[in-house]
Amino acid sequence: MFVAPDINYLALMPLIIVFVGGLLGCLIEGFVRTELRYPVQLPLAVATLVLALVALVLLGQDNQGLTAVETVAFDGPALVLQGLILVLSIVGLLVMGERLGGGQPDAFTQSGASVPGSEEEALAVRVGATTTEVFPLTLLSVGGMMLFVAANDLLLLFIALEILSLPLYVLVGLARRRRLLSQEASLKYFLLGSFASAFFLFGAVLLYGFAGSMRFADIAAAVGTNVGMDALLVPGVLLITVGLLFKVGAVPFHAWTPDVYQGAPTPVTGFMAAVTKVAAFGAMLRVLYVALEGAALDWQPALAVVATLSMVVGALLAIVQTDVKRILAYSSIAHAGFILTGVIALSEVGISSTIFYLATYGFMTIPAFAIVFLVRSAGSEATHVDQWSGLAKRSPWLAAAFSFLLMAMAGIPLTSGFTGKFAVFSAAVSQGWAWLAVVGVLASAVTAYIYFKLIVVMYTGDRVGSTTVVSPSWMTSFAILFGVAVTLALGVMPAPMLELAQSAAAFVR
Amino acid sequence: MNFPWLTTLLVLPLVGALVVAVLPKASTLVRPVALGTSLLTLGVGIAALTQYQIGGGSGQFQLTEVHSWIPQFGVSYALGVDGISLTMILLALVLVPICLVAAWDDVPAVGRRQHLYFALMLALTSTIVGVFAAIDVFLFYIFFEVMLVPVYFLIGIFGGSRRARAATTFLLYSLAGGLIMLVAVIGVYLAGPRGADGFLLTNLAGLDLSVEAGRWLFLGFFIAFAIKAPMWPVHTWLPLAAEQSRPATSVLLVGVLDKVGTYGMIRFCLSLFPEASQWATPVVITLALISLFWGAFMAIGSTDILRLISYTSISHFGFIVLGIFAFTTVSHTGATLYMVNHGFTTAGLFLVAGMLIVRRGSRDLRDFGGWQRVTPLITGALLISGLSALSLPGLNSFVSEFLVIVGTFQRNAWLGLIATLGVILAAVYVLVMYRKVATGPRPEGLDVPDMTGREKWVVAPIIAAFLILGFFPKPVLEVLEPAVQHTLQSVGVNDPVPAVDTANAEGSGR
Repeated sequence: MFVAPDINYLALMPLIIVFVGGLLGCLIEGFVRTELRYPVQLPLAVATLVLALVALVLLGQDNQGLTAVETVAFDGPALVLQGLILVLSIVGLLVMGERLGGGQPDAFTQSGASVPGSEEEALAVRVGATTTEVFPLTLLSVGGMMLFVAANDLLLLFIALEILSLPLYVLVGLARRRRLLSQEASLKYFLLGSFASAFFLFGAVLLYGFAGSMRFADIAAAVGTNVGMDALLVPGVLLITVGLLFKVGAVPFHAWTPDVYQGAPTPVTGFMAAVTKVAAFGAMLRVLYVALEGAALDWQPALAVVATLSMVVGALLAIVQTDVKRILAYSSIAHAGFILTGVIALSEVGISSTIFYLATYGFMTIPAFAIVFLVRSAGSEATHVDQWSGLAKRSPWLAAAFSFLLMAMAGIPLTSGFTGKFAVFSAAVSQGWAWLAVVGVLASAVTAYIYFKLIVVMYTGDRVGSTTVVSPSWMTSFAILFGVAVTLALGVMPAPMLELAQSAAAFVR
Repeated sequence: MNFPWLTTLLVLPLVGALVVAVLPKASTLVRPVALGTSLLTLGVGIAALTQYQIGGGSGQFQLTEVHSWIPQFGVSYALGVDGISLTMILLALVLVPICLVAAWDDVPAVGRRQHLYFALMLALTSTIVGVFAAIDVFLFYIFFEVMLVPVYFLIGIFGGSRRARAATTFLLYSLAGGLIMLVAVIGVYLAGPRGADGFLLTNLAGLDLSVEAGRWLFLGFFIAFAIKAPMWPVHTWLPLAAEQSRPATSVLLVGVLDKVGTYGMIRFCLSLFPEASQWATPVVITLALISLFWGAFMAIGSTDILRLISYTSISHFGFIVLGIFAFTTVSHTGATLYMVNHGFTTAGLFLVAGMLIVRRGSRDLRDFGGWQRVTPLITGALLISGLSALSLPGLNSFVSEFLVIVGTFQRNAWLGLIATLGVILAAVYVLVMYRKVATGPRPEGLDVPDMTGREKWVVAPIIAAFLILGFFPKPVLEVLEPAVQHTLQSVGVNDPVPAVDTANAEGSGR
C-alpha cells in the first residue's frame, strides 16, 4: 500500500531554493534576450545561493532529524557541510562571473556545442556571443551536492551523485581557451564518471542484497546481525567506496583529475576542486560512519592504502609538472589523501577534523585558481611555470597572495592548511594510525618543495616576458581577498570554526 | 597583571617589519627604521632581564604569560623563560642590530628589495624570540616551522648564484625534520593529560610514558633537532646554505637558529623523555664526536671561506651536544654557555669574512694572501675571531670548552681525551685560514680600503663580547646554572663521584 511520505519542507527549504533558482535560470536562458542574460543570470544565481544560505541558517537548527521516510538526514554534519558548500559556491560563482571588464576574453567559450575550429564557432566568436548557461548549471550542481551530503539512503545518494555530476561534465567542456583540450577533458570526465557511477550502483545493489534495504540505518543494523554474508557486504562496501573515491580524486581513481583540471575553464576548476570535494567527502563520511561503521575492519585498511597512495603519488607527481593548473591538480590528489586520514580515524574527531580540513582546502583552492585565471600572456591564461617567472616584480600583491595560499597548501603554521593537517593527523594518531600520519607528514614535506619552488620562481625569476596580470572586477578581487582572509583566520584563530565542526560531529541515525 | 615582556619582544620586531615593508619605494628610512626597531627590541630585552630573578621566582619559568588559544587542540599561547632561553633570546637581540649594520650596504636599493631584506630580518627576529620563549610544545612547534619561511626567502632571494638550490635543500631538510616532530608533538599530547592546556610544558613534564612510546617520541623530536643543530650525518644542508647566504643572514642562521636544535634537545628531549635520553646517550655521543671531527677535517680541507666557517660550526656543535649528553652539571653548563659564545664567535667570523669577500669579490681562500699589510684592522678582527673559535684562554669560548671537557672527563675520561683532540684540530683550521688570508707578501695591485667606520661598529661589540665573556663569564653562568640544574634533575642523573666509569653504566644503573 502506498502511504504519502511525511516531508519536512522547512528542512528542505535551502535545497528547494537552490533547485528553483537553477530551473529559473534555465527558463531565462530560453526567454531572455542575449544581451540581458548576463546581467540577469549572475545576480539571480548569487541571490539564490545567498537566500539558500539564509534559509539554512534560520531554519536548519530547528529542523534537524530524518525526514522523507528517513531518506534524508538533517543533522550537524549535513548542516555544516551544506553551509560550507553554499559559501564556497558563492565565492566560486563570483569568480565564474568575472568578465574582466569586457576588454579581455573571459573564461568561457561563446559556443560550447560547436566543434572546435568549425564555422559555427567562428561565427559565434565574430558576433561576440556570450554564454550564461554556466550559472544555472552551477546552481543545479550545487543543489545536487547539498543533497549528496544529506542523503541517508543509497538510492537517493546515487540520484544526488548524478545531479551534481552531470552539470559538471558540461561545465568542464566550456573553456574558451584550448577548445579541444577542454572537450576532451569533458568527455574523459564523463566517461570515467559514468564508470564510477556504475561501480557505485553495483555496490548499492550488493548492499541491498545484503541488507534488504537501501536505508543507512537498516544497513547498519544488518551489518551488526547478518553474520556470514560477507560475500555481499565486502564487495558492496568496496564498490561504493570506489564511486566516492573517484569523485574526490584519490589514487588510484585519480587519473582524470589532472587532465580535467587543466582542460576545464579555470573558474570552474576552482569551483569543482573545492566544492565537489566537500560534497563527496561529506557523503563518504555519512556512508562509512552511519551505514558501515560495523564493517570498519573491511574498509579501514583499504582506505588506508588509498590514502597512502594518494599522498605519495600526488606529492611525487606534482614535482614533475610544469603547468600551474596541473600542479594544483596533483596537489589536490595529495590533499584528498590527507583528508582520508581524517576519515579513517572513525571517531568524532574524525568527523570534525575532516570537515575542518574541507573548509580550509576549499577556501584556499578557489582563490588560487582565481589567481591563475588572472595571469595572462597574449590574451590567454599563462599557466606554464616559466611564464610566472618574476611575476612578483610586476604584481607584488598578487604574488604575495598566491604565495600565502601556497604556503597554506604546504601546511606552514599560522595558515589554515597547517591547522587542518594538524587536525586530521592528530585524529589519525589518536585512533592508532600513527604510521599513516608519518606518511602524511613526509608527503607534506615533498609537496612543500613544489609550492616553494613556485614561490621562488615568482620572486627571483628574471624572465618577465609578455606575462601580465589583468585587473579583475570587484567580484574576483573579493573572492581572492575573502579566501586569503579565511585562510589566515583559520590559521591564527581556528577556535570558532573548530568549535562549529566539533559541535556538528554527530550523525543522526 | 604583569607587563607582557615576552609578547612585547615578539611583537615589536614584527611591527617594525610591517612598517619597513610598507614604506614607500624610494624611502631612505628603510634601514634606519629597521635598525631602530632592533635596538628598541634590545632595550626591551635588557629591561626584561632586569625583571628576571636569578635562581628565584616560583617554578621553572619566569615572566610567564599563559592564555588559552585553541582549546580544542589543547594549545595555549604560553610564553616564559628560564636561564637558558633568556640568554639565547638576548644573544639574538644583541646580534640582530649588529647584523643589520653589517648588511647596511649589502642589498642594493633596487625596487623593494631592500625593504624585503630588512623586513625579513626583523620578522626572523620575532620568530627567534618566539621559539625560545614558547613554553607550550605546540606553540614552540609553530615558531619552529614559521621560522623557516623568512630564512628560506633570505637565502632564496638574496643569496649567491646557487641560492635556489641552497634554499630548497635547507627547506626540505628542516621541513622533513619538523614534520616528523609534528607526529611526536601529537603523540606527546595524547600521552599527556590532554584537555584544554595539554600542550603546556609544565603539564607534560614527568609524563608516565611506556618505555617504547617514550623512545619513539624522543626520536621524533631528536631527529628534528639533530637536523637543525646540525649533526653529522644530517648536516649537509648547512655548508651550502651558509655559503650561499649573505654574511648577515649566515650569522643569524648559524649563530642563533641552529641553537634551536641544541636548545630543543635540552628543553624537550631531556625534560620530556629522561629515560629515552639516557637510552640514546651512547649513540648521540658517538654522533657528536663524529660531528666534532668531521666538521674539523672538512673545515681544514675547505677553500671557500664561508664553507670553512660553517664546517667549524658543525665541529663546535659536536662539542655542545657532547656537553649536553655527558649529563654532568659542569659539562651541561659549559654546553649552554658554549651556545652563547659560539653565537658571537660565528658572528665575528662570518661578518669579517663578509668584509673580505666584498673587497676581493671572491670567497676562495686561494685568492687571498698577504692582506695583513693591506687591511690590518680587518685581518686583526679575523685573527681575534679565529682565536675565539680555537678557544684561546681569555677569550669567550675557552671557558665553555673547558667546562665541557672537564665535565666529560668526570663522566668518562676517554671521552674527554678524545674531545680534547678536537681542540687541537680547531687550532689547525683557524690558523690555516688566517695564514691563507693574511700572511705572505703584499699582494700586488690590490687597492682596497681598510675597515670603514660602519664596519668598526659591527666588529667592536663582538670583540667586546669575546673579552667580557672570556674574562667575566660569571653573571651569565649564574643565569644559566639554575636552569641546568633543573634539567638534570628532570633527567634524573647525578653528577658522578670522581672516577666513575661510563655514562652508560650510570644510565642503566638507575
